Amino acid sequence: MSAPPVLALRGISKRFGAVQALTDVELEIHAGEVVALVGDNGAGKSTLVKTIAGVGPADDGVIEWEGRPVTVDRPHTAQELGIATVYQDLALCDNLDVVGNLFLGREIARAGVLDEVEMERRSRELLATLSIRIPSVRIPIASLSGGQRQTVAIARSLLGEPKVVILDEPTAALGVEQTAQVLDLVERLRERGLGVILISHNMADVKAVADRVAVLRLGRNNGTFEVRSTSQEEIISAITGATDNAVTRRRARTAGEGAP
Amino acid sequence: MTADLSKQEPVDTPPPAGAAAPPVDPRLLVREEGFAGYWSEFRRKLRSGELGSLPVVVGLIIIALVFQLRDSAFLGAENLSNLFVTAAGTGLIAVGIVFVLILGEIDLSVGSVSGLSAAVFAVLNVHHGMPEWLALVLALVTGALAGVLHGYFFARIGVPAFVVTLAGLLGWNGLMLQVLGSNGTINLDDSGLVAGLTNHYFADVSAAYGLATLGVAVFFLASWRDSKRREAAGVPSRPLSEIVLRTAVLAVPAYAVAWLLNQYKGLPLALVIFLGVVVALDFVLRRTSYGRKVFALGGSVEAARRAGVNVAAVRISVFALSGTMAALGGMFLASQINAANQSSGAGSLLMNAIAAAVIGGTSLFGGRGSTWSALLGVLVIQSIASGMALLGIASAVQYMITGAVLLAAVVIDSLSRRTQKTAGRV
Repeated sequence: MSAPPVLALRGISKRFGAVQALTDVELEIHAGEVVALVGDNGAGKSTLVKTIAGVGPADDGVIEWEGRPVTVDRPHTAQELGIATVYQDLALCDNLDVVGNLFLGREIARAGVLDEVEMERRSRELLATLSIRIPSVRIPIASLSGGQRQTVAIARSLLGEPKVVILDEPTAALGVEQTAQVLDLVERLRERGLGVILISHNMADVKAVADRVAVLRLGRNNGTFEVRSTSQEEIISAITGATDNAVTRRRARTAGEGAP
Repeated sequence: MTADLSKQEPVDTPPPAGAAAPPVDPRLLVREEGFAGYWSEFRRKLRSGELGSLPVVVGLIIIALVFQLRDSAFLGAENLSNLFVTAAGTGLIAVGIVFVLILGEIDLSVGSVSGLSAAVFAVLNVHHGMPEWLALVLALVTGALAGVLHGYFFARIGVPAFVVTLAGLLGWNGLMLQVLGSNGTINLDDSGLVAGLTNHYFADVSAAYGLATLGVAVFFLASWRDSKRREAAGVPSRPLSEIVLRTAVLAVPAYAVAWLLNQYKGLPLALVIFLGVVVALDFVLRRTSYGRKVFALGGSVEAARRAGVNVAAVRISVFALSGTMAALGGMFLASQINAANQSSGAGSLLMNAIAAAVIGGTSLFGGRGSTWSALLGVLVIQSIASGMALLGIASAVQYMITGAVLLAAVVIDSLSRRTQKTAGRV
């Protein structure tokens, strides 16, 4: 591989009291690549995401950003590096309109006065480049469907020009059509050269958009798979640990190293 | 004024035909052209529960008609002029309450804080001979500090605002009695600065007409300029016809009130200050990033926090503002009776201030509201009080009617929230 990964985790460990939540976890994300992070409930996906997003820093291990080791101890640091996180509960304000939500916390102002016109123009531009269809950017978030909210939340994460976007279960609770819209959006993020970490329980989604699948099991890496050359059953058995033995581990390791 | 009350919601016009047309959701209802469009949009908003300030405006008209039929002095120049002056004190307190309600919290201490600041002013000015302006500033600072204290306990320690301000209600009232001392009542200089707050009138007829003209002109120019900028930026803008219509809707009551005030003593200073505060804080709420943060906290605290909003700072500042407005309102109330006494800030003041904000259309559930609702709500409450007084009805009945109006306002708020939910809005 020529270019260093935009984001790499080396030997990340995290404890909560008596619980070893993460043990020596490795993960690499390249630009223009969608990496699915899968694992059963309690496997440590959310904990791992929190260490990357700066919400809950790791106890051990190194985070490398574009080849350099960095410290991510606050959400702000992660955002400044170019890591954007879209949490499962979206974190949108129902009473604000789409523009207000997109620019919340980074309002554009002229001489202390909100520049609504400029914000609205940029919102439309952003939504148009992502082919996101919203009835109007001036309606409250509350009147949007679940899929539309998800796309707004993802669009919002892009305003800071990130290089890596973390999506926490973006398609849970979405309908067929809306899921397709979100998956389309994930593909457009990849086309724009962003690295995407996609957390999902839905194997169909993972198979549809991800390039690689990283499996976590009980806080440890349990293999990284090329999506194209791996069957759904193999991934699922890695998640559940049904075939957790030396052979599968070795196969998983060689498959991961052989990635283009 | 009504035109300015509804939130500025630009209406999407159909995209220009051509290659650059952005994809439009086919389900989006495109508004018809011209006035038929306004009407259908208006009806759609009513059905989906976006009542805005309509119920309170209708309520005001009904109240005015009822009292006018019973006693023709109600809509007379003298009565209305006095009504505006007496409404200013409670109204200013209600403006602070609006901010707290938008956060989704409540401030029960405003009555006591207003009484305390009046007492502080009276003691500093009358007993210690401090110049009036300095005593006034210190009285306002007292209110602000009380608010900061409430905000600190609420935002940093995590005590529910309801309880903190309930403690404030008792504590500040006690402090006021302490400050007033054994005497109980301190009379203010009846030709001084604070007395002038409610007894100064700009007698020149050009003052009232000038203010009305200024307001209408600023409204028109600001809307027009905004519309031009939107057009230039290629985002939906209001057509000129709609701006003219809105300006006319604003101009009619503005000039009517100006004419009426000139029939009596002229433009009251109290009304100028009250309107100035309402307009200025409305600007802060809707057009500054601070105001946006206040609304964001009312919508979702967690979302605001993750967006980098300093939640504690905004909360403390809102309570400080509420305390300051309570102190300012307290000065107007002291000015009316020209004294600070043991009953300052007591009685129905607190309930009237909260009721005014809610009756005017600010939601008790947080996230929705406008400083204009304080103005409209306090006009409703003061109209009832004034009309009852004209008819010689006892205050017992007055309380019951004000209570019923408040209940009606909250019912409308809850119902419109429910309708909005089913219509997919909030």
